Amino acid sequence: MQTIDLEAEGLRHLNATLHAQAENTNQTAWEVLNPRGSHAIACGLDAPIEVTVKGSTGYYCAGMNKQATVNVHGSAGPGVAENMMSGTVVIEGDASQYAGATGHGGTLVIKGNASSRCGISMKGIDIVVHGNVGHMSAFMAQSGNLVVCGDAGDALGDSIYEARLFVRGSVKSLGADCIEKDMRPEHLEILRDLLEKGGCDAKPEEFKRYGSARQLYNFNIDNAY
Amino acid sequence: MKDIKNDGPPRTTPIQSATFSQSINAEIRRAAATGIYDIRGGGAKRKVPHFDDLLFLGASISRYPLEGYREKCETSVTLGTRFASNPIKLDIPVTIAGMSFGALSGPAKEALGRGATLAGTSTTTGDGGMTPEERGHSNKLVYQYLPSRYGMNPDDLRKADAIEVVVGQGAKPGGGGMLLGQKISDRVAEMRNLPKGIDQRSACRHPDWTGPDDLEIKILELREITSWKVPIYIKVGGARPYFDTTLAVKAGADVVVLDGMQGGTAATQDVFIEHVGQPILACIREAVRALQDLGMHREVQLVVSGGVRTGADVAKCMALGADAVAIGTAALIALGDNDPRWEDEYQKLGTTAGAYDDWHEGQDPAGITTQDPELMARFDPIEGGRRLNNYLKVMTLEAQTIARACGKNHLHNLEPEDLCALTMEAAAMAKIPLAGTDWYPGKPETSY
Ligand SMILES: Cc1cc2nc3c(=O)[nH]c(=O)nc-3n(C[C@H](O)[C@H](O)[C@H](O)COP(=O)(O)O)c2cc1C
Repeated sequence: MQTIDLEAEGLRHLNATLHAQAENTNQTAWEVLNPRGSHAIACGLDAPIEVTVKGSTGYYCAGMNKQATVNVHGSAGPGVAENMMSGTVVIEGDASQYAGATGHGGTLVIKGNASSRCGISMKGIDIVVHGNVGHMSAFMAQSGNLVVCGDAGDALGDSIYEARLFVRGSVKSLGADCIEKDMRPEHLEILRDLLEKGGCDAKPEEFKRYGSARQLYNFNIDNAY
Repeated sequence: MKDIKNDGPPRTTPIQSATFSQSINAEIRRAAATGIYDIRGGGAKRKVPHFDDLLFLGASISRYPLEGYREKCETSVTLGTRFASNPIKLDIPVTIAGMSFGALSGPAKEALGRGATLAGTSTTTGDGGMTPEERGHSNKLVYQYLPSRYGMNPDDLRKADAIEVVVGQGAKPGGGGMLLGQKISDRVAEMRNLPKGIDQRSACRHPDWTGPDDLEIKILELREITSWKVPIYIKVGGARPYFDTTLAVKAGADVVVLDGMQGGTAATQDVFIEHVGQPILACIREAVRALQDLGMHREVQLVVSGGVRTGADVAKCMALGADAVAIGTAALIALGDNDPRWEDEYQKLGTTAGAYDDWHEGQDPAGITTQDPELMARFDPIEGGRRLNNYLKVMTLEAQTIARACGKNHLHNLEPEDLCALTMEAAAMAKIPLAGTDWYPGKPETSY
């Protein structure tokens, strides 16, 4: 286990060291001490390493992550795992706004609650939230899966494209073009898998599925003649 | 003699209303018939105060000129000297603006890269991500970081020579983008992670930051991911240039890109293009003033765009305090967009060469703003690159001609004192004295 004290060694040193880890590194376990809400911790990683942050993080922790596993033993500030490509990010506490925004792949697990705009503009990422999500979650969500074991706030899935949303609790309101959809066996399968990956003991049958009514896909604009 | 009985009394000749003009009335009828607003590409078509309203004074007894062909007049510029360890060095101060793959065909993007590279300047990606053709053919490529984040990924980010965080565009400050289903080929759809054939909206706001304090942190993240190597530009539309420039500098920009209302777009509402944003002429001095107030003029570079067409326009931008310019529409015209050789086909589309702006429909006869394989095949990226290089060369020679006439051995030495204004409006907006006076409206210590 390698340990980096962020307070003593600074952000540039931390990220440069983690970026320097090669594909086949055998120093796979890293621990970050004293994060104290710093921004951009462990962003841009691209190696199969496991980073544990001992405390809470500021904005954009694990931003654009590829391959790595990042565990935050605390809560995460805005934009955690934004634009993630692959790998796994696990937040033990709560996550602030825009968690997993525009993520293309990988898995983001939030053990507490997530704030507003969770999964905004998501493009393939899987997000599993053990608690609740705030308003405007999955806004313009393009693809991937958002699983919410608690409740969802206002305007869930507004202007959604092809992402799948699974919510166990209540949904305060659905956004434009977002509707409840049938839960077919293949969806239960997908959900079972996601719940297992996210370490939730909830049952797939307890969830409802939401997705796009696909009414906003074509505007029929410019009928100029 | 007139027979009043037959001809009737003299009548007033019919007068068209200036307010309810033929084109306004036609648009009212179109709206009434269709119930939908007009979407188009390009920039503002209305006449606004512009660089044509400024003139250079040239040398005289108090200023001596440089010899046209013999004496050196430098044109190089370095962008991103503030924080980046690898700033961008360009041979000429004319760059190619961001235009999306999706709006433009792959070969058109390739031609922009080829032409820019031959001319020693940079080109820029756009909404929809970076294509290998474009990266491969562009010596210096600026990667746009846009609200949609279509095609955004850390590998391409690290391949870029600079990153441009797009906050807004001159054609539509406060607006997002639109790519219609006709133009969503398999390749475009895949790069954007969306189904084929649907209309794609590009958001008007970034998904994971709001306001200058967040932007500062976003820039920190981008710098950490790219190891503080490449410059970070912030692009804003010509809305509130003094404050936007100030906030961009505060947020940590290396370069501010300022785009006036004449600036082109791939597609947006006509009402947006014509009625939102300020002409670039009104924006440059305000942005320069912001940089000067912060002690950052020339430290943070200013790139301006929106209706730049000639070497004279380039020289005027430099004289007003910009470090470089960017061109979009002019580059497309150099490639062959709106060329009269396709007139028959423009007619079939209900338009004419020079007025064609339905770029979003993907039926471009010149094969540039389309994803249709047959139309695309009309466009040769090698020839396009050659033409763009020629055009960039001419612009540079023109700007040098003017600079030498003003006695300047570098385009950057041009200054406001080299200019006069032809109209009150231009004088006020550019803070340049009206020709024949030493006065402009709003000049400090002017007594009325
Ligand atoms: C076809 C086309 C596509 C464009 N796409 C983008 C884009 O993706 N991102 C962006 O920031 N600006 C885009 N722009 C705006 C240009 O970057 C630039 O601001 C503008 O073209 C400059 O004004 P000019 O056209 O008068 O030279 C586009 C412009 C055109 C003409």
